[in-house]
Amino acid sequence: MTELMPAEGVFSLIWLLIALPLAGAIVLLFGGRRTNSWGPYLGVLTVSASAVLGVLMLLGLLDRPAEERTVEQTLFTWVFVGDFQADMAFQLDQLSMVFVLLITIVGALIHVYSLGYMAHDPDRRKFFGYLNLFVAAMLLLVLANNYLLVYVGWEGVGLASFLLIGFWQAKPSAAAAAKKAFIINRVGDVGLSLAIMLMFVTFGSVSFDDVFRSTSEASEGTLTAIGLLLLLAAAGKSAQFPLQAWLLDAMEGPTPVSALIHAATMVTAGVYLIVRSNAIYNAAVWAATAVVIVGLITIFMGAIIGSAKDDIKKSLAGSTMSQIGYMIFAAGLGPIGYVFAIFHLLTHGVFKAGLFLGAGSVMHGMNDNVNMRRYGALKGLMVITFITFMAGYLAIIGIPPFSGFWSKDEIIHAAFERNAFIGIATILAAGITGFYMTRMIAMTFFGKPRWEEGVHPHESPAVMTIPLIILALGSTFMGMALLFWGNIESWLEPVTGFASEPTPLPTMFYIGVTLVVVIIGAVIGWITYGVKPVPIDPPHGSWLTRAARKDLYGDAVNDVLVVQPSLATARYLSWFDDKGIDGFVNGIARWVGLLANTLRRTQSGLVRSYALSMVGGVFVVVLALLLVRMN
Amino acid sequence: MNTGTFNPPEIDYLAIAPILIIFGTAVLSVLVEAFVGRTARRPVQLVLVIGSLLVALYFVISQAGTRTITANGALVIDGPALVLWGALLVLSLLGAMLMAERTLDPSGDVFAARAAALPGSEDERQFTQRGWVQTEVWPLFLFSVSGMLMFVAANDLLLMFVALEVMSLPLYLLAGMARRRRLLSQESALKYFLLGAFSSAFFLYGASLLYGFSGTVSLPGIAEAISAKPSQGPLLILGMALLVVGLLFKVGAVPFHQWTPDVYQGAPSAVTGFMAATVKIAAFGALLRVMYVAFGGIRWDWEPMLWVIAILTMFVGSIVALVQTDIKRMLAYSSIAQSGFIMLGVIAASAEGLSASLFYLIAYGFGTIGAFAVISMVRQSGGEATSLSAWAGLGRTSPVIGAVFAVFMLSLAGIPLTSGFVAKFGVFAAAIESGDTWLVIAAVVASIIAAFFYVRVIVLMYFSAPAKEPAVVAVPSAFTTIALAAGVTVTVVLGIIPQPLLELVANADVFLR
Repeated sequence: MTELMPAEGVFSLIWLLIALPLAGAIVLLFGGRRTNSWGPYLGVLTVSASAVLGVLMLLGLLDRPAEERTVEQTLFTWVFVGDFQADMAFQLDQLSMVFVLLITIVGALIHVYSLGYMAHDPDRRKFFGYLNLFVAAMLLLVLANNYLLVYVGWEGVGLASFLLIGFWQAKPSAAAAAKKAFIINRVGDVGLSLAIMLMFVTFGSVSFDDVFRSTSEASEGTLTAIGLLLLLAAAGKSAQFPLQAWLLDAMEGPTPVSALIHAATMVTAGVYLIVRSNAIYNAAVWAATAVVIVGLITIFMGAIIGSAKDDIKKSLAGSTMSQIGYMIFAAGLGPIGYVFAIFHLLTHGVFKAGLFLGAGSVMHGMNDNVNMRRYGALKGLMVITFITFMAGYLAIIGIPPFSGFWSKDEIIHAAFERNAFIGIATILAAGITGFYMTRMIAMTFFGKPRWEEGVHPHESPAVMTIPLIILALGSTFMGMALLFWGNIESWLEPVTGFASEPTPLPTMFYIGVTLVVVIIGAVIGWITYGVKPVPIDPPHGSWLTRAARKDLYGDAVNDVLVVQPSLATARYLSWFDDKGIDGFVNGIARWVGLLANTLRRTQSGLVRSYALSMVGGVFVVVLALLLVRMN
Repeated sequence: MNTGTFNPPEIDYLAIAPILIIFGTAVLSVLVEAFVGRTARRPVQLVLVIGSLLVALYFVISQAGTRTITANGALVIDGPALVLWGALLVLSLLGAMLMAERTLDPSGDVFAARAAALPGSEDERQFTQRGWVQTEVWPLFLFSVSGMLMFVAANDLLLMFVALEVMSLPLYLLAGMARRRRLLSQESALKYFLLGAFSSAFFLYGASLLYGFSGTVSLPGIAEAISAKPSQGPLLILGMALLVVGLLFKVGAVPFHQWTPDVYQGAPSAVTGFMAATVKIAAFGALLRVMYVAFGGIRWDWEPMLWVIAILTMFVGSIVALVQTDIKRMLAYSSIAQSGFIMLGVIAASAEGLSASLFYLIAYGFGTIGAFAVISMVRQSGGEATSLSAWAGLGRTSPVIGAVFAVFMLSLAGIPLTSGFVAKFGVFAAAIESGDTWLVIAAVVASIIAAFFYVRVIVLMYFSAPAKEPAVVAVPSAFTTIALAAGVTVTVVLGIIPQPLLELVANADVFLR
């Protein structure tokens, strides 16, 4: 383990990374209408300033030798009760650094994009306030040096996500989606809070440093329990099986929110949590295996759902689930996978943000229609959107040299290092990715126009296309840059550890097979949706399509397993509360009231009776003393 | 042959400076009444009162850490005495602010224009019309404060008795001087005086029996006598019983409590606030000293007796408060219940018990004086609106005052983030540590009952439709505002960061013997 370095120089400003967007949120949310005119620009400014600060810190870290890149800044003791101590303290290391850059840079681009996208919304000040709040909470989450502070950030991003999904709360569907996201996330949050308590009981501390140093002192059973609880937390936040159902509904929020929170950053918090806790998973094999299984199931669920949805954002949301499934899966592989989980997280954060913003740009030109069956032939009308979207498309399906190729290929390779079966599964899923993404671009940009009447597609303004272009450049070059120039493996290695195992066949073989499978998937997608005409009314479809359209019955399962039993229990408890507890309590209250009315009569207002009661009191006192004496 | 040479006692004048300053100013204040012109009297008196309290407070603070016994062992200046002095002086200052208020009542002062005038008579009408005010309240006030200071530092029973009377007699008078509802006020004063005299007799009788038992009136002397005589006779038991009765009367313990509601209701709210806060502190200070110093050796004898009294006090106070319709009477019963809780600290008979009791007294004092400040501001057709029904909807019509009063209620109920919670936690913890678990369980049950009537006021203020004749909040002058602000600030700050005061009282957890 590397030493914690004191926060000097530029690192003494770590707190400012969080404080800037937080201050922005406070000004915007409490400033009222006065800030309407300049508020959104302030929002953009604070996040951009954090991004600049983040880049300066990256340069600062690069200046140092690898073992001195963990910087700790303690502001004050935050909670100090009995044996329990948690500090308001931050830890900036290689892992948090990449997150800081992802959050602030992508966050800043999406803030800029929102200036255009939300230009006509009457509540856009509030929107930017919430976005700033989100950025602050997310930075707190990745910069905290202890789990309790992580929990604060964790809840903070959950709150911001809730507020932003329900931003158009006048729509019942948006309000319901916000509640759904919040409630399902609570299930995961319980996992995190229990994990924190268990850590405190086991290690006597919740700071990263203390916990990771003393994993060898805990039994494997305890570590497995902590690992599984953390996995539950990660599944909630990152929309992994079995807590995946909220992410598709979360697309009710404005598209920049879907890009920032529900694609690039917040939903990857689960991956961060697991990778950060690598010391625990390394010592708890079963917990790590559970992580692999959860990731693998979600890869396929997301991909299948993404293949069936006609709503462009929901299709992308399915894809997000699937891609995060890859990351969780990689994180479960242990030291051979942690680095690549983060690598894929970074490339995905950029290309998926680009895809979402591209989808938003398309919607912007199509009067906010999200149904891909009413799109078609947009490539000539929205040239910039089309080209940038294609960069994202090539990146996500993993065509060299686009960024997704490098990161996904590493995960697939790592899977084969562990086990051929899971390796084959990941290649299959990559093929499905090729299918649904090709379906998406074919339905949107190619074929014949199937537009609704009165729709005049047009390119979006520059304030929206410039972020698209920047993200498209990232989707194209970032994978190579991180791998060859940034040396992502050796950069992260001090935090996450890194190992490599031999595979039975040469690396090129796996790359070749993967590419072939992806191209087969893409060709099937092209033949089905690009060559044949796309019907405006969705066809009946196979049973799998129908199931996927219903989110693979995720809601139905929740309803039968959780919602109905909860409601029944609630009804019973309510009955018991009314009859049993209230009856008991009210009965006592009646007796006390009766007693009070009797006692108050002794307060007659007559001095003589008061004096008499004092004499009585004297007898009580004397009697009590004498009784004690006699014993 | 006994030449009867007189040996003047050695007196550490610096150590007892606070008492001397207040006492001297009181005498000066009498002279002011005699020689200063009518119009100038009030400002001069106010300057004297506030100035002397501040100077005395300075002397208390400047000798923090002093531990000495002086005046032939009659006065002791130790940690608890200094803490109690500080609390008494600060709360007296706030009490003086309330008594000095003149803008709340349309007819001016809090006190009757001439106390001697018959209520409702032509004389009274004329005095009021001429705008006369009484400034005699200020010397009375200062005498009472000096008595309190002496009471908590008295190390022998005789001086304690003198202090008790110096403290109480002016209070009897002050209670009878309300400008409005004067009959009620005068009746309460007379009751207070009669019962007070009755209880003083018990105290004095107890002191003489103890002298008979030990041959001394000094507290350490009695303790010595107790440990020296293996078979302690009925003199000790009876003497202790009667002495304790005198003190329990002052703290308002059941069944010696019945003066409390009548006096709290009848006295002017400013005086009620002042005495509710300070007399409780002074009386508990003396009770703690007597029980710890003189009778500490036979705590097994008196603890069961105090158990009975404490349980009675907590429950009768809490239960009867439930059915009160007058807010001042409700707070009177609340103060009775609070006495029961503080008794847990006495019963604990430990260093923790002592320091927890001190904390409780301070927290309670600030909360109470603030609550009465609010009561003096909530008015209806000229007078105070003490009927609870008039308070309905007050939280919505006057959000600030409603919120402030809610803070005091929550603190008295012992809700976290207020001083009341830390205070209750402290005495409960001390009692459990001393093995009085069942007593604490009873206390928790009593707190639950008590929480009901505190919270009921909040419900009434915020969730009820305004009354037909709603009370209005009068705008006070700086005097009441300062007292109120101090009360609410201390209540909240002690709830959030109690550590400094906890450390202070932890350093004052032993009586000097």
